Amino acid sequence: MIELRTPISLEAVRELRVGEMVSLSGLAVTARDAAHKYMVERLIERRQPLDEADARVHRELREVLRGGAVYHCGPIVRREGERWRFVSAGPTTSIREEVYQDRVIAHFGLRVVIGKGGMGPRTRRACQEHGCVYLHGLGGTGALTAEAVAEVLDVFKLEAFGPPEAFWKIRFEGFVGVVTMDAHGQSLHDQVAERAAQKLAALTGTS
Amino acid sequence: MDGSASSGIRATTALDPERLQDAVLELIRRTATELPPDVKEALHRARQQEEPGSRGELAMSLILRNLELAEGRGVPACQDTGTPLFYVHHPEGVSTRRMRQAIEEALRQATARQVLRPNAVDPVTGANSGVNVGTGFPPIHFEEWDEPSVRVDLMLKGGGCENVGAQYSLPSEPLQAGRDLEGVRKVVLDCVVRAEGKGCPPGVLGVCIGGDRSSGYEESKRQLLRPLDDRNPDPALAALEERILDEANRLEIGPLGFGGRSTLLGVKVGALHRLPASYFVTVSYMCWEYRRRTLLLRGDEPPVIR
Repeated sequence: MIELRTPISLEAVRELRVGEMVSLSGLAVTARDAAHKYMVERLIERRQPLDEADARVHRELREVLRGGAVYHCGPIVRREGERWRFVSAGPTTSIREEVYQDRVIAHFGLRVVIGKGGMGPRTRRACQEHGCVYLHGLGGTGALTAEAVAEVLDVFKLEAFGPPEAFWKIRFEGFVGVVTMDAHGQSLHDQVAERAAQKLAALTGTS
Repeated sequence: MDGSASSGIRATTALDPERLQDAVLELIRRTATELPPDVKEALHRARQQEEPGSRGELAMSLILRNLELAEGRGVPACQDTGTPLFYVHHPEGVSTRRMRQAIEEALRQATARQVLRPNAVDPVTGANSGVNVGTGFPPIHFEEWDEPSVRVDLMLKGGGCENVGAQYSLPSEPLQAGRDLEGVRKVVLDCVVRAEGKGCPPGVLGVCIGGDRSSGYEESKRQLLRPLDDRNPDPALAALEERILDEANRLEIGPLGFGGRSTLLGVKVGALHRLPASYFVTVSYMCWEYRRRTLLLRGDEPPVIR
C-alpha cells in the first residue's frame, strides 16, 4: 500500500501506476454535479466578475486543491454542536463530471480525483498533461469511508446546493483506493472494458 | 354487517396510521443499515471466488468490513440511500391515501435522523426538498390482496446502479440480437459490459422481457424483490437466468470493475405479454448493496421485519 499525504508533489504523482493501492491522508474537498458545474461556469470561465461570496469560495478552494484532492461524494452528514460529522460517505459515480473535470484539474492544480466507476478520455488526457491520478474508492462502502474522514473542517455552498452537493472541506486519514487512471495515460477501466468486450463478442458470436 | 365491511374494520385495526408509520420507520432503518441474509451470503461466496491478494479480493473484503461496521453502528451502509421504492399489499377497504401519508411521515423522520440522505430534488429548480418527499417521490405501488394483513416491501435503490439500467428494442442489428431468448441473452450481457464498474458490481439484474416501455421497467424492478436463491418457476427463464449469470461472471469485470471473477450475484427474469410490433428487453441493475426488506403487519401482533 502506497501512502500519500497532501499536498502531493508532481514527482510523487508521476510515480503512481494503474493498479496500485493507495492510502491517502490530508485535505480534500467533496464536489459532485452542482459543484463541478459551478466551479467551471462560475469560478473558472467567469462570464461575469466574481462577487464577494464566490471570490471567497474560489480562494478557499485554491488553497485546499493545489496539490490536493477532489472527492466525488454526496455524504450523509450530522450536526454535532458547532461541528459537522460524516455519517456515511462513499464515492459516487464519476463519469457525470467528465465534461468538467479536465478544466478543474488544470485550473486548481489537482493531484488526485477520487470517485468510482472511472472517467473518460478528457480526464485521462488532463491527468497526463497536468500530473494527476484518478483514485477509485470502494463504491457502496459509505460507513467504512466515513471512518477515514477524520475531520470536517468547513462547508461551502451548503444553502444553495444542499448537503449531498455542497463543497465539504475534509481531512482524510487513510482513505483506501486503487489508482485506476495514472499520469501516464493508462486506464484500468479501458483495459477491463476491452477485455470484457472481447469476451462478450466470443460469447455472443458477434466478433 | 356484510363480509366486505367486517374485513374493512379488521383491516383498519391492523392499520392504525401511527402504528404503520412507526413500523415503516423501523423498516427503513433496517433496510438502510443491514443487508438481508441471502445477499450477505452471496457476498461472502463472491469473496471466496476471488484470487487471494488480488484487487478483487481486497474490494470484497472491504465491502464485507463495511457491512459489519454499518450494522454495528446503525449507520447507512451506503451514503446514497437511493430511491425508496415501496410495494404495498393491503386488504380490501384500506385507505391507500392514509397509508401514503404514514409512509411519507416515516421518510421525513428517517431523514431527520440521518438514516436516509435527503434525495428528493426538484428537477426544475434544483432544490432538494430535504425530507425525501416530493412530486412522485417516493414511488409507492399499492396492490389489494385476499389476506387480512399488510405487507410492505422496501427497496433502496442507489443512483449509480439506477443510471446503468437499460431498455433494448429487439431486433438489434449491431448486437445481432433477434426476437427470441437468444437475443435477450445478448442484450442483457451487453448491458453488463456497458455498466462495467459504474453500477457497483457484483450486482444483481432484474430483467423483463416484453411489456411496454413503462411496464417493462416496473416489472424488471419487481423481479429484484425475489430472493437470490429462489428458482424461476418457468424452466426456460430459469435456464436463461443461470446462463446469463455464468457468462457475465466470465467477463472479468469483477468487484467494482477492478477485474476479477464476481461480476454478478444473481439474475432474475420475468416476462409480460407484448404487442406484436414491440419486443422490449428491460434491465434494472442493482448494486452489490442490495437493500431490500419486508414488513408484515398482522392484526394486533407486533410488526415483523425480515
